[in-house]
Amino acid sequence: MIEIHGLQKFFGTHHVLKGVDASVAKGEVVCIIGPSGSGKSTILRCINGLESYSGGTIDIDGVHVDHQAPSIKLIRTEVAMVFQRFNLFPHRSVLENIIEGPVFVKGEPRAGAIDHAKELLASVGLAEKIDARPSQLSGGQQQRVAIARALAMNPKAILFDEPTSALDPELVGDVLDVMRKLAETGMTMVVVTHEMQFAREVADRVLFIDGGVVAEQGASAELLGNPQHPRTQDFLRRVLHPM
Amino acid sequence: MLVLLERIREYFPILLQGAWLTILVTLGSLALSTVLGMVWAVMRVSGIRWLANIATTIVNLLRGIPIIVLLFFLYFVMPDFGLSLSAMQASILGLGIAYSAYQSENFRAGIEAVDHGQVEAARAMGMGWPLMMRRVVLPQAVKIVLPPYGNIMIMMLKDSSQASTITVAELALQGKLIATSTFQNATVFSMVAVMYLVMCVPLILFVRHLEKRNKP
Repeated sequence: MIEIHGLQKFFGTHHVLKGVDASVAKGEVVCIIGPSGSGKSTILRCINGLESYSGGTIDIDGVHVDHQAPSIKLIRTEVAMVFQRFNLFPHRSVLENIIEGPVFVKGEPRAGAIDHAKELLASVGLAEKIDARPSQLSGGQQQRVAIARALAMNPKAILFDEPTSALDPELVGDVLDVMRKLAETGMTMVVVTHEMQFAREVADRVLFIDGGVVAEQGASAELLGNPQHPRTQDFLRRVLHPM
Repeated sequence: MLVLLERIREYFPILLQGAWLTILVTLGSLALSTVLGMVWAVMRVSGIRWLANIATTIVNLLRGIPIIVLLFFLYFVMPDFGLSLSAMQASILGLGIAYSAYQSENFRAGIEAVDHGQVEAARAMGMGWPLMMRRVVLPQAVKIVLPPYGNIMIMMLKDSSQASTITVAELALQGKLIATSTFQNATVFSMVAVMYLVMCVPLILFVRHLEKRNKP
């Protein structure tokens, strides 16, 4: 469904991505792990055209991703994104945040969008927060609303950019639970994360990014349990046993 | 003392007429400067280089020309090119155009102060630029922009006195006319000052209210 070939990206003279090859099949959950600054988030941001890329190709269901082409808008309605810092619209209520895309981008009737939003809010366990403002919610609650907002677009896939990194530790579990349930429904998910436990339990495949390339990839249990590449081994040792 | 009260009673209606014109000039030029300032600001943040360059040039040009020169130009020079404006029209146009530069800088700062994550969230759900501005960026920018906007209103109210230089009989000019014919400079100009102050106080309170509300 998502095909990435030879992806290159420069920030100025800094060569961040040096030929990334990856693919994500429909219904697959893929976690991207790797050290800070390795370009994990950049890959994600290239997939929905938030970032331009300088070489290689990205195709989503056969449609070429070009951040300047008109087709990018359609791609973005089909591939939703959840951000590290939630990025809910602070001037709108929870309900308004969720129906914003369906009503104003896709032109769906408001009543139907509201019904759908209520179902989604219930599914992320926040039905009673429907009229709250984002500022009245905890970080974990905001992120769950952001996930509901992404789902409201009826996307083919959702990109998660370190969805739990900005959360207090005790709030991480609720968000991961929602994501786990989502994975069980067969949603295609690409998750940049530092949550190795989540990757091990939920992901079908894990990509380890280092030095701007996919240094190692494989089934999650295999890659996390028995890494082959020395840098993967080193990274996992540091992450799993920081003391 | 009685004489003083008598004079005040005599001058007040005339000055009130002037104050009315002051308010008209201020409101007219406020509306014009807001619309124009918004246009320049949106051009500057549009990301389209030639549009942004045009707006930047206009804003810098306007900032470099004194209001009074702009007024003279509109009132005394434009008739040579076949455009005759009334003093009132020229002063609203001149003040409105001059202040659009400051409005534009304020609006642009407000738009750029909106968290970049908001722009990304809007883009990531497939919003185009106009929809994103309308639904996400501008509503948030308004909050940031309002307190300085109130300050610009206060400045405009006072600067409307420059319309007197092209014969608009607003508060300052009425005061000057009374003073030159009666020689009661102290009384007249004290009254003029107090009347400007009275018009400014609600605006000052409005700005203070906004600033308090915006505090986290």
